[in-house]
Amino acid sequence: MKIDLTDTTASKINKALVQGRRAIGTPAVGMVLTLVIVTDEENAYDALKAASDASHEHPSRTLVVIKRVSRSPRDRTQSRLDAEVRVGADAGTGETVVLRLYGEVADHAQSVVLPLLLPDAPVVVWWPVNAPLDPAKDLLGALAQRRVTDTYASEQPVRDLATRSGTYTPGDTDLSWTRITPWRSMLAAALDQVTCEVRAVEVEGEEFNPSCELLAMWLADRLDVPVKRSLSGGPGLTAVRMDTDCGPIVLDRADGSLATLSIEGQPARGVALKRRDTAELIAEELRRLDPDDTYASALRYGVDRLKAPKGARGEPGDQGEPKSDGRARLALPAPRETAAKAPASQATAEAPVKQEPVKQAPVKPEPPQLEPVRKATTK
Amino acid sequence: MSSSNPLRDPADRRLPRIAGPSGLVIFGVTGDLSRKKLMPAVYDLANRGLLPPGFSLVGFARREWAHEDFAQVVHDAVKEHARTPFREEVWQQLIQGMRFVQGTFDDDDAFERLRSTIEELDKAQGTGGNFAFYLSVPPKSFPVVIQQLKKHGLADQKGGSWRRAVIEKPFGHDLKSAEELNKVVHEVFAPDQVFRIDHYLGKETVQNILALRFANTMFEPIWNRSLVDHVQITMAEDIGIGGRAGYYDGIGAARDVIQNHLLQLLALTAMEEPASFDADALAAEKTKVLGAVKLPKDIGRDTVRAQYAAGWQGGTKVRGYLEEDGINASSKTDTYAAIKLEIDNRRWAGVPFYLRTGKRLGRRVTEIAVVFQRAPHSPFDTTATEELGSNAIVIRVQPDEGVTVRFGSKVPGTSMEIRDVSMDFAYGESFTESSPEAYERLILDVLLGDSNLFPRTEEVELSWKILDPIEEYWDENGKPAQYPAGTWGPVEADEMLERHGRSWRRP
Repeated sequence: MKIDLTDTTASKINKALVQGRRAIGTPAVGMVLTLVIVTDEENAYDALKAASDASHEHPSRTLVVIKRVSRSPRDRTQSRLDAEVRVGADAGTGETVVLRLYGEVADHAQSVVLPLLLPDAPVVVWWPVNAPLDPAKDLLGALAQRRVTDTYASEQPVRDLATRSGTYTPGDTDLSWTRITPWRSMLAAALDQVTCEVRAVEVEGEEFNPSCELLAMWLADRLDVPVKRSLSGGPGLTAVRMDTDCGPIVLDRADGSLATLSIEGQPARGVALKRRDTAELIAEELRRLDPDDTYASALRYGVDRLKAPKGARGEPGDQGEPKSDGRARLALPAPRETAAKAPASQATAEAPVKQEPVKQAPVKPEPPQLEPVRKATTK
Repeated sequence: MSSSNPLRDPADRRLPRIAGPSGLVIFGVTGDLSRKKLMPAVYDLANRGLLPPGFSLVGFARREWAHEDFAQVVHDAVKEHARTPFREEVWQQLIQGMRFVQGTFDDDDAFERLRSTIEELDKAQGTGGNFAFYLSVPPKSFPVVIQQLKKHGLADQKGGSWRRAVIEKPFGHDLKSAEELNKVVHEVFAPDQVFRIDHYLGKETVQNILALRFANTMFEPIWNRSLVDHVQITMAEDIGIGGRAGYYDGIGAARDVIQNHLLQLLALTAMEEPASFDADALAAEKTKVLGAVKLPKDIGRDTVRAQYAAGWQGGTKVRGYLEEDGINASSKTDTYAAIKLEIDNRRWAGVPFYLRTGKRLGRRVTEIAVVFQRAPHSPFDTTATEELGSNAIVIRVQPDEGVTVRFGSKVPGTSMEIRDVSMDFAYGESFTESSPEAYERLILDVLLGDSNLFPRTEEVELSWKILDPIEEYWDENGKPAQYPAGTWGPVEADEMLERHGRSWRRP
C-alpha cells in the first residue's frame, strides 16, 4: 500500500510506516539494513527499481532522498518535505519511503533521514549519480557504515578515482569495483591452475570505464608488476593479458557475456562472464558491510602509476592503442555525439564523450532500455 | 588451490571459493535425484561462477545415449529445476565439458571407455585428473561400482591429483552392513576422500544451528539441563511411500530417517563447542556426543513405531501402508517412529531428547524444539497464567526456514492475563530469498575437498549402535501401532510423553 504525505515531517512519516504495517497485517519485520539512495528525480526510478530487486536478498528499509531543484528565489526560501510511504507488495520485501526535498531542507537531508533509520541496523548510502568526492564527510554519508559511489556514472572517472584514493575512509566502495568481481575471481582461478610468475599485464577495455583502471590497479598492487591499460571499443572490459614465465594467459571477452580463457599449454576454454545489472551489483555490495581493504589497497596504488596508452586520457578522439596481439581492430572513431544525456550536460572539451562501441565480434543484442539503466548496467 | 597465488588474499572476501580444475562423474545419471537435484545444482554453481573453467560432467548409465542426448537431458533438467535463471552463456561454458558413457556396472568395456573419456577431458578441458565419482545408485550396486573403479585404475590418484567418492544414504541397514560397506569403500578410496552425503547438513538452517549456538552469547548459557526441560526433533512428511515400496519395506522410518538425519541434528543441537570450525574438530565433538547417547531402559515403553492407516490427508483420501502396492499385508515395517534418548554428560544428564519421524503426517516439516522448564515461581495467580505454556526455541529446518522464540506476554486489557506469543526470525525475510540448495553447497565442498558437512565413518557406525538395539527389540516384540493418515501420529506416541507430563508440539 501507498501513503502520500505532503508538506510533512519525519515523525509523521514514522507514524505512516507503523500505520501501513498494521494495515497489511505484518507488524513484525525482519529488515536487516537501511538503504539510503541519494539521487535526482531523473535517476530515482531506476535506482529504486534496482534496490527493490536487491531487497529480495537483503530486506531493507529504503529511503530515497530526492533533492528537487529550485528554479526561482521564492522557491529557494520555501522549504517543504513530501513523502511517499510504500509498504507491502509495493516495496519489494521491505519498506520504501520516497522523500522529496524542496528549498532549504534539501541542504539538511540528514535531519529527515536520521529519525527514519532502523534501530541498530547498519546504514548504507548509495549515490547512483553525483556522488560527493569525499563520501565520508558528506552529511548523509556520515550516517552510514557503507558508502556506495559509482565512478562509472561520473563525468571524469579517472580524476575521481585519484581523488577518492585521497579521501578514502573505511566503508567507502565503488560499484565500478563491484562490477569486476567476476573478472577478478576468474583471473585468480586461472592463476590457481599454473605455477608461473607473472611478468607484465595488459588490461584492455573501453574508455571512460573506471572498472578497467580498478582492475589494472588491483593486478598491479597484487602482482607487483607493470600493468598497461589499453583501450578498445568495449563493451566494458574486453581482455586481460598476463605475460608469465610459462607463456601468456589471456582472458578475452569480446561480446560482454562469454569469455575465452587461454593458458599456454592448456586448451582454450569458454567461461561465462556476463555483465551484471545494477540490482545484482547492489545485492553483492550489501552482502558484506565491513570495510573492503582490497579495494582500498587497489585504489591507493594510484591511477597515475598505470602505463596509460598514448595520448592523454580524456581527450576525445583518442585513437586507442595498436593491438599487441596482432588482431586487426578498428581504431576508435572520433566522437559522434555529445553527452547530451550525461548527468551534467555541459560537456567540455575534456569531458568524456559517449562513443559508439566498435565491435568486431558479434555482440549480444541489448534489450531496449532507458538511458539511465543502460548507463548503470554497462561495465 | 595454490596458496602462493598472489591474487588470492583471505581479506578479499568478494572472491568466492572456486573449485580447482576438476570434473564430476555421476553413476545412475538417469535417476530422479540426478535430474532433480544434481544437474540443477551443477548448473547453479556454474551460474554463480563457482565452478572452475573447464569443469566437466560425465554421465554413466545404461541408456543408449550420445553425448548430445545427455546434454539435452541435462538442459531440460536444468531448465525445469534450477534455482537460478537459465543463461545461455553459462550453458555454453558447461556443455563443452559434458560427456556420456553408456554401460552397465559389470561392463568392463564401459569402464575402459570411462577411463579414456576422463583422459580425453584432462587434455581437452584441463581437468588435471581430478574427478569425483558420485554414486547415485541402489545400495546393492555400491560394491560392484567401487570394485570396477579400482579394477580400471579410476580410483588411483596420480601426480598430486585427487579422486573422490560421493555416496548417498542408506549407509547400510545396521551396524554390520555399515561396517562392510565402509570396508568395501575404504579399500579403494582413502577415508578422507569419501564423502557421505546427508543433504540435511547442507541446508543453511542446519549450519545456522552452529552459528546460533556458538556465535551468540544469549543462547549458550541456557542450553543445558538447568533450564532445558526436553528437546523434540521432528521430521514429518505428508507423502506416503509412493513408488518406493521395494526400497522402503523392511527398512522403515527409523532406519531411513532417524539413523542419519535426526541423529545428526541431535548431535549438532547437543554437542559442545568445537575448538575450531574445521572438519576434524567438528567430527570430534559430534562423535563425543553420539557416543554419550543413552538408550531408554525400557525400550518397549519409551519408543513407539506405527504404520499409517487409510484416512484423509489434506483433503485427499489415501490408502493405508499395508494396502500400498507391493507391500505385504503382514509387513511390520514402521512408517512412523518416535524414540526417547538421553545424553549422558554433565550438560544434558536427565534431559530427554524425543526424536520422531513419519510419513503421511499432518504436513511436511522438520524442526528442532528446545523446550524450557517452567518458571520455578510465578508471582501471578494461576488464572493469569492458565494459558501460558513452556518457553521454547524452535529451529525450523524446512520449510519456512527460521527460528521462533515462544514466551508469555500480557494480553492487552485491564486484567492480568498471560498468553504465549512467538517471536519469529524467518530466513527468507532477513536474507536471500533463495538460499543455495543443499546439494549445491555439498557438491562444491566435495570439489574443494572440504569435509565439514559430511558425516564420517565413526558417526555412521555410532548412529547404528544407537538404533540397532531398538530395531532388534521391535523385531522381536509386538507389532506397529496404527495411525490415521493425515494426523500427527499414533496415540501411543502421545501417551509416551504424557507419562512424564509432556506433550508433542504441533509443528
